[in-house]
Amino acid sequence: MIEVRNLTKRYGDLVAIRDISFTAATGQILGFLGPNGAGKTTTMRIITGFMPASSGTVKVAGYDIFDDSYEVRKRIGYLPENPPLYGDMTVVSYLRFVGRIRGIAKAELGDSVDRVLHKCGLTGVTGRVVGHLSKGFRQRVGLAQALIHNPSVLVLDEPTIGLDPRQIIDIRTLIKELAGERTVILSTHILPEVSQLCEKLVIINEGHIVVEDTLENLTREMSLEQVFLTYITRDTATLRGTPAEEATA
Amino acid sequence: MRNALSIAGKELRSYFVSPIAYVVLTGFLLLGGWFFFNLLARFNFLLSIYSAMRNPEAQMRLNLNEFVIAPLLHNLSVVLVILVPVITMRSFAEEKRSGTYELLLTSPLSISEIVIGKFLGCFAFLLVMLGLTAVYPLILLLYGNPELGIIAAGYLGLLLLATAFVTVGLLTSSFTENQIIASVSCLVVLLLFYVIAWPADTAGPLLGAVLKYLSLTEHFSEMVKGVIDTKDLVYFLSVIVLALFLTHRSVESVRWR
Repeated sequence: MIEVRNLTKRYGDLVAIRDISFTAATGQILGFLGPNGAGKTTTMRIITGFMPASSGTVKVAGYDIFDDSYEVRKRIGYLPENPPLYGDMTVVSYLRFVGRIRGIAKAELGDSVDRVLHKCGLTGVTGRVVGHLSKGFRQRVGLAQALIHNPSVLVLDEPTIGLDPRQIIDIRTLIKELAGERTVILSTHILPEVSQLCEKLVIINEGHIVVEDTLENLTREMSLEQVFLTYITRDTATLRGTPAEEATA
Repeated sequence: MRNALSIAGKELRSYFVSPIAYVVLTGFLLLGGWFFFNLLARFNFLLSIYSAMRNPEAQMRLNLNEFVIAPLLHNLSVVLVILVPVITMRSFAEEKRSGTYELLLTSPLSISEIVIGKFLGCFAFLLVMLGLTAVYPLILLLYGNPELGIIAAGYLGLLLLATAFVTVGLLTSSFTENQIIASVSCLVVLLLFYVIAWPADTAGPLLGAVLKYLSLTEHFSEMVKGVIDTKDLVYFLSVIVLALFLTHRSVESVRWR
């Protein structure tokens, strides 16, 4: 469903991500894990077509993000780290606007809005102004926005950050429900979240992939915390040990 | 086109749910009303003096178009130089700052749709703004006999001028995520093109002609006089199309940088 091949992104001299490849199958929830600044957001921004890679390809549902960007964007729902909300709109008018620019036909717009309002538990705040909502509700509006056009691929960048424990549980349950036929890429650095939700794991450190495997295989002998720390520490040590070789790679 | 209209509608609505629309409209009408009142008062004063002096020839030369409408439109154009950057400054800068730019650029929208949508939103607001000032010529039409054709040409000129301002504002807004930078740079560019013909008379024939051609005021003045010349129309349309094209490029560069 999602096929990332040899993705590299440079900002001038800074290499944000280097030669990243991984795949996510249909219906899979893929956990995208890594320390802050490892390149998770950059990778997701490339997958969603927000910005181009310096080299490498991404295929979503068989469409290339460079050649068929339009087709890919139609099929992706994206929740960036900061939910992209217009603070001066009401929840319903915001969702209607997003629905329209996501290409939902006028006749179906009302139903689509109702569907995501229910799904994301927003029925009590439909007429409220988005800017006045609490962090948790805003996050849910952000999620509703990503779901409104019923996308086959969901890209969620740290969806539970800054929420209270109950809201976190709500959002996790929701993501689990959503998976089914959808492919979900979930970026996070909250490890319990990964063990609860994800079937497959990609760990990224300093812009490259350290490991890609199923959760089951990785946690067979040690806990997820240990796995994460071991891989990240080992990788950072290798990078520090042979900086010249890595820089030219 | 439907997408562009959705964005335009959202833009226009966001002006009216925030105080911006009301502050800008109130300020514009307040200043416009003050200009109109004073121009009309001066007109009446001259009229009474000339009739007291029994000077029918001078009295004949006084007309509402030349003494009230034309200076009013010129004054309004100066106010627009200052207010249009305020209208356009948020269009792209605000989206970038609040992160909604990611929503727009990852939606199945073409960049043209985004730019045209933004433009139409600002343009619709401009129509409201200029539409409200129509009350001044309407008062003149009720109580006097100004020439309608000249008023129409002048208003067309003002609309084209302000539309060109808007496109420049969209362009500067697309460069930055800081609204102040967007509005100040737009203001500077507009003022520069407003006064660019000042050295025209001393700059030598060729350079002088070029400066005069570039000047927004020169083309606008012609239209205020009631002359609709293709040369002026072509000038305004070129500015509008060029600025929109550059805005398109600037937005696109974010995607393919």
